[in-house]
Amino acid sequence: MTIRDRTAIVGLGATPYYKRGRSAPQTLDELVGKAIIAAAADAGLEVTDIDGFAYFAGGFDTGALVETLGIPEVRYTATLTGSGGGSAGAVGLAASAIVSGMADVVVCVGGVQQSTLRYGAMPTSYAPSPESAFYQSAGLVGPGHMFALLARRHMHLYGTTREHFAEVALSTRANAMTHPAALIRKPLTLDEYMAAPLIADPHCLFDFCLESDGAVAVILTSAERARDLKRKPVYVHASAHGGAGEWGRSLYWMNMPDETFASSGHAAVAKRLYAASDVGPGGIDVAQIYDHFTSQVIMQLEDYGFCGKGEGGPFVASGAIRFDGGSLPVNTDGGQLSGGYIWGMSHIREAVEQLRGCAANQVPGAEFALVTGGPSNIPVSGLILRR
Amino acid sequence: MDQRMAKRPPESLFHLVTDAWTKPFWDAAAEGRLAIPRCADCGAFRMPPTPFCPHCRSQGLDWVAVSGRGTLYSYSVVERAIVPDMAQAVPYVTAVVELPDAGGVRLITNIVDAQIGDLTVGAPVRAVFDRRADGVAVPRFVLDDAAP
Repeated sequence: MTIRDRTAIVGLGATPYYKRGRSAPQTLDELVGKAIIAAAADAGLEVTDIDGFAYFAGGFDTGALVETLGIPEVRYTATLTGSGGGSAGAVGLAASAIVSGMADVVVCVGGVQQSTLRYGAMPTSYAPSPESAFYQSAGLVGPGHMFALLARRHMHLYGTTREHFAEVALSTRANAMTHPAALIRKPLTLDEYMAAPLIADPHCLFDFCLESDGAVAVILTSAERARDLKRKPVYVHASAHGGAGEWGRSLYWMNMPDETFASSGHAAVAKRLYAASDVGPGGIDVAQIYDHFTSQVIMQLEDYGFCGKGEGGPFVASGAIRFDGGSLPVNTDGGQLSGGYIWGMSHIREAVEQLRGCAANQVPGAEFALVTGGPSNIPVSGLILRR
Repeated sequence: MDQRMAKRPPESLFHLVTDAWTKPFWDAAAEGRLAIPRCADCGAFRMPPTPFCPHCRSQGLDWVAVSGRGTLYSYSVVERAIVPDMAQAVPYVTAVVELPDAGGVRLITNIVDAQIGDLTVGAPVRAVFDRRADGVAVPRFVLDDAAP
């Protein structure tokens, strides 16, 4: 039994992307509701047709959403465990619910409001624990501090440079400049990148993603039903989540074997994703790679087999991920570095638009799109969509 | 070369909470010793201390006092105060230190009292203990100039 091409994304809805705090006085639940209503309208479905909810990273209160939106019955509601690593995988949850017959119309929704904590300093809001003592005692306050340690090791092992990180930031910015939904649409030069303040060396300001507010929802149903709906179906071709045990809590642990330490933790998921797919890395036409940090885009490109281990820096420096002339256009909407940080959901949105053929920076003839969830503690996740 | 001295992360952001498995680590630190848990059955070291050995599932544990000498595996210089409490503390250096005499397990820690420009991956380091007013001692590391 496989989920391959048996379900499809039929509806896509999003709020505008707002700079941090600018979505007020809307609440997060309100943003989420607006994305769901828009996704249903896009699909040509009624909101009341929705009978399933799939989330990641804690998700939302289904009871409250159902009460607010007047949904008559919920048949499936589930959250992928972990944090931002599950954004792509939540779509797989929805697909599995439909294939198994547990639900017919499932919405995946994610959203953020980053009005208070800066630079992703969420760990400061968690209650101290015996486990967290081993990183909080060292002043690891936000994910930027943790991923900087992986980045430095990658530089040490493979000769990766800040110029390589810069190419991720610059190519993503170039995509944002021609995308109407992107928050930052002014040019970025290598000189400006190099002159930017360091936040957690080797990461500077432009290696960090934006801080934003917004929500994105996608609605899935069976492939059969999808063919009768308003929009051209975007099929869920393959989905995988989890990760190798040796990755574990990764950022909060730092005892991964040396070959895994300087990675995105996605290698095991990537292997399973391709095994469940008709295509390998060479068959991916466009990739939406979770970009909380530039260095982690480079490590994901390696883990997903677009280049060899340790070759991610030279790979991006060759222009490979550029929309203009690259072999693998990456984050064609400006990503989270320049477009908007919607905790991985904007990547799903952009992949759907690419496969519908209506993207602002359209990759001609795109048939297969890769979407990844955030490199984080287990689970991480990957998704291949096809038109 | 960056001649600034590495500071220390703010104490206010760390409130020690322990359980039966982690308490011996912090008790040893308060006595100025670096103690690392080793499986009493298969001999594998692990950090942090957890209820089971990931290699053999044993719950038996020996606490081994190690030399405190290690190798700088990776590091980052924290330059920006991302929460207000950090304002007086930057720059500080977060680090991952590998302990050769504990089977190569790593600690998440800090390099202190060092010129930032002197840091390199692979540098020998040794443990020191920062004693706080509340009685908690935090193991940190300095560059080990005496190492061969």
